[in-house]
Amino acid sequence: MTGKILQAQLLELIRRTSSRLPDDVVRVIEKSWRKEQKDSNAKYALKVILDNIAMARENSLPLCQDTGTIICYADLPVWLDEPGFRKAYEQAVLQATKVGYLRQNSVDSLTGKNSGTNLGPGSPVFHLHQTKSRTLTVRTILKGGGCENVGAQYSLPDARLGAGRDLAGVRKCILDAIMQAQGKGCGPGILGVCIGSDRSSGYVASKEEFLRALDDTNEHPALAKLEKQIVADANQLGIGPMGFGGATTLLGCKITHRNRLPASYFVSISYMCWAYRRDGFQLSEAGKIIRWLY
Amino acid sequence: MLLEAPFTEAKIRALKVGEMVEITGLIYTGRDAVHKYLYDGGKSPIDLTDSIIYHCGPVVVKEKDRWVVKAAGPTTSAREEPYQGPLMEQFKIRGVIGKGGMGPKTLAACAKVGAVYLHAIGGAAQVLAERVTAVEGVHLFDEFGSPEAIWEFRVERFPVVVTMDSHGRSLHDEVLRASQAALARLG
Repeated sequence: MTGKILQAQLLELIRRTSSRLPDDVVRVIEKSWRKEQKDSNAKYALKVILDNIAMARENSLPLCQDTGTIICYADLPVWLDEPGFRKAYEQAVLQATKVGYLRQNSVDSLTGKNSGTNLGPGSPVFHLHQTKSRTLTVRTILKGGGCENVGAQYSLPDARLGAGRDLAGVRKCILDAIMQAQGKGCGPGILGVCIGSDRSSGYVASKEEFLRALDDTNEHPALAKLEKQIVADANQLGIGPMGFGGATTLLGCKITHRNRLPASYFVSISYMCWAYRRDGFQLSEAGKIIRWLY
Repeated sequence: MLLEAPFTEAKIRALKVGEMVEITGLIYTGRDAVHKYLYDGGKSPIDLTDSIIYHCGPVVVKEKDRWVVKAAGPTTSAREEPYQGPLMEQFKIRGVIGKGGMGPKTLAACAKVGAVYLHAIGGAAQVLAERVTAVEGVHLFDEFGSPEAIWEFRVERFPVVVTMDSHGRSLHDEVLRASQAALARLG
């Protein structure tokens, strides 16, 4: 496949990610809308959200004006070199910004100047791995700043929360993060959680949980149970969509674990807003889309 | 209910927490850079008396010679908490549209000035962009870049919920207290 073909396919991936919420997410939002009380602010908020999802999909326009941190996960086959892939993805980002699939969203942290291109140190974010497969797999998440700001990391034990180094302690941390976030993360939200690891890898792993479909089941029974428990508990808190109050505070919770040092026990929590933009595809060596992943 | 320009103190004082309101008239976007600039004594390029400020960094593109709004949802307002109250008082700003709510300083200024906080639906960039019927101007574009500039938006039936009113009530405080009590019950 030529760089041009790859770039065109990546542009299509970014367009789809920015404008089309995955079906598994839409289904959960629809279900929540049906459950909220008639004439409530919560039901109204979810109605506007559902209208917005439909409009963005129909018109191929950004679902949310904060087109977010562009996070690219790719498994690169041997026929594709890493610098070549990076260049194609960056060119696709540049083009997506020009045509308005992405907002000019990348700012120099020292000068405050917006690059206008979404390119610059650390933008986009790449997580690249080599694969023995002949197929190229690319996934993209667009994660807005409002929800990124309410992410949290805890080091257990935590005296304030009375949280020890076990799953009961983890649960206390997660519920605390939801309380701190209130409506500020554009809820109803979805949580990605990593138990263990070091501080930076823990956050990376927590975000990778957003690659899972909302309706899947965790392979670890204890974590599967905790995920369900967190969603049930969170929806008892009455924070509701946008923090307006209501029965829908959380749409999902995905938890993973990594080994830790004996001295450390981190719980890293990433919050994703309802505008949960993720998409992905597999490309053949000829540049054909074999299938969409969501 | 409908809230139409001019945004007078009397109209704003009549609004109560929890009411769903649709705004028609001219509003101005302003977010982090604009708030810091005005707070630091920068000259406002527009008259902000009886205005509504929208915490929004829109996606706007030029098509031929016309600005077209592609996405225009609210951004998190809490970041403007240090600036909002003083700016409301200085310029007689009557309303702020944003998301996530604001703190005690802004709530106090709302009561003093006769102003409200209007919560838009975060992330609903398309529904909200559709209610922007025209872009009537842009200011501080070169200085701050597109998302941070002041955009003059003509809006029609722009949907918001009053979450902080001019009578000292904040839905955000009420939900926070209720959720704390619920968490204590859950254990």
